[in-house]
Amino acid sequence: MILPYFIIIPLIAAFLISLIAGKKDQWAISLSLIAIIAVLVLSVYSFIIFQKETLIYNMSGWKFPFGIVLVMDALTSFMLVMVSIISLTSIIFSVQYIRYIDMDWKYYSLFMLLVTGMNGVIITGDLFNLFVFMEIALFAAFILVAYGRKAEEFEAAFKYAVMGGVSSILVLLGIAILYSATSTLTMAKVAEELKLLNPKITLWVGGLFLVGFGLKAAVMPFHAWLPDAHSSAPAPISAMLSGVLIKALGLYVIIRIFFNVLDAPIIFTKAFLILGAISILLGVFLAIGQWDLKRLLAYHSVSQIGYMLLGLGLATPLGILGGVYHLFNHAMFKSLLFYNAGSVELALGTRDLQKMGNVVKILPVTAQTSMIASLSISGIPPFNGFFSKLIIIIASIQAGEFWFAFFAVVGSLFTLASFMKVQRYGFRGENIIEIVKEKIGWQMNIAMILLAFLCLLTSLLIIPGIKEVTLDPVVNVIVQKAQYFNLMTGR
Amino acid sequence: MMKTDKGMSIIVKTVTRISVWLIILYGIYIIVHGHLTPGGGFGGGVVIALAFLNVMLAYGKEFTEKWLNFQLLHDIESSSVTVFLVVGILGISLGGAFLANFLSKGDLFELYSAGVIPVFNILIGIKVGISLFLVVWLLAGINPEEEDE
Repeated sequence: MILPYFIIIPLIAAFLISLIAGKKDQWAISLSLIAIIAVLVLSVYSFIIFQKETLIYNMSGWKFPFGIVLVMDALTSFMLVMVSIISLTSIIFSVQYIRYIDMDWKYYSLFMLLVTGMNGVIITGDLFNLFVFMEIALFAAFILVAYGRKAEEFEAAFKYAVMGGVSSILVLLGIAILYSATSTLTMAKVAEELKLLNPKITLWVGGLFLVGFGLKAAVMPFHAWLPDAHSSAPAPISAMLSGVLIKALGLYVIIRIFFNVLDAPIIFTKAFLILGAISILLGVFLAIGQWDLKRLLAYHSVSQIGYMLLGLGLATPLGILGGVYHLFNHAMFKSLLFYNAGSVELALGTRDLQKMGNVVKILPVTAQTSMIASLSISGIPPFNGFFSKLIIIIASIQAGEFWFAFFAVVGSLFTLASFMKVQRYGFRGENIIEIVKEKIGWQMNIAMILLAFLCLLTSLLIIPGIKEVTLDPVVNVIVQKAQYFNLMTGR
Repeated sequence: MMKTDKGMSIIVKTVTRISVWLIILYGIYIIVHGHLTPGGGFGGGVVIALAFLNVMLAYGKEFTEKWLNFQLLHDIESSSVTVFLVVGILGISLGGAFLANFLSKGDLFELYSAGVIPVFNILIGIKVGISLFLVVWLLAGINPEEEDE
């Protein structure tokens, strides 16, 4: 069984790095690359092979309802593939970028702990285990946000730590209520027991989890920490946070708990719709006024999370397909945009759009890949963002939610406007810049080209024939809510 | 040996010199009896960390820096987790699942019983003891007045 290796490999890499790395970072880089490539290969393998079945792994040999279980279905392996693709490009990007801050193995060790935490959250089938892995990922993220050791980075990391602590307490309270009500922490067993209990428990617990994980996912009323933390972190870490962390700790857990465990009560899917629409509109309105490139991108993360939540809130198969597909696509183009921002920051020493200029002349790869990413995020065919947004809009019209379809279209238009601003002032502006502070090495270019290529490639996932073997199994897991515990309890 | 002006008075130093070994012994007792009595790796590790911190408070940082080899402590700390994972992986090949038991379970309520649980307790005790001490050591090293460089 390969399930525990998704946690073991990055965890052992993290501590081997601290053991053998010494002063230089060569060993740290190669060890973390090996670990991430191994996880990527394992996750792609399991996504292809174990699509139709649900794998269960009993930790320390304790049988299903008593011990901690690891569960892998199509949704799990889909998320694992996404996490490992972004982590791989992020490590490649970090090689030059982090040396510019300092030459240290600690960064790679913490990075591996971040990956451990996310993989653990995704693969576990136990509520308290999920909480522990969430804390591992969060603590690594707090330190990595402050890695540049500047005053505003410490401030952002502190803000993030406070908000993360508040959300963790709410989540822990929810888990405690569930445990006292059902006497078990295994998610499948909780789902089974909850059906026999007073539905008010579901309401209480759902409310706590909605706020707790909503804070982690930075849905609109709970988004205050995100623009600070994501814009002041080093660029590869911004890409990890915006690209996968808010989805692994936030949206994935929301999907898993609300659809598979709490059985998608109508009041919460309605709440998803409303929160999603608020996030789309207010996120993009806040983003369009920013002149700091990374801050603008961070506000767009809030807005794009709204699209995914809107798709999930429709609770129709097509809406969920759109939400899940947009989740994957957003990881690709948002990480790419943060790499672009980091590369411009490294070369020109500024994140202010007005101070940038003819980036297209001096950094051709950065400017061209940023064009691809901007077109993807604003939903221009044939890039991936177009298809997922189109599906979400069509799904909301089919579900009769015309206002929400209208909000999604408006949000998309404003996204296009704000990225026209980025391209017009930032990458293709009139200022003539001659002094380049730092050359952009081949590693950073490779990371950007890889993701730009994936932005085009993932739009193929929607083609009939490919869709049946990639996205449909994932949607099946979410739509057939009860199947999750039926398979595990052996019925 | 202890004739330095740093740290606290001679009374505190003398008491610390005797008691530190007793505290460490108590920590080891809690760790190795983790599967029999309340406590275990984490609790015992905290006690051991407090023993080291006691020395740091009584004798000052400079003496502690000479007394302990920090590079060695760091290496032991990292390797204890690595060994923990290796024992866990041994469980896959010998016991059938990650972290599964593959040693003899022994007699109930004996010191040598409960299979791999005492091994994990000892490794966790080492990890917690050293890292808690190092965390407080690092925080004690921050001088707020020399921050704005």
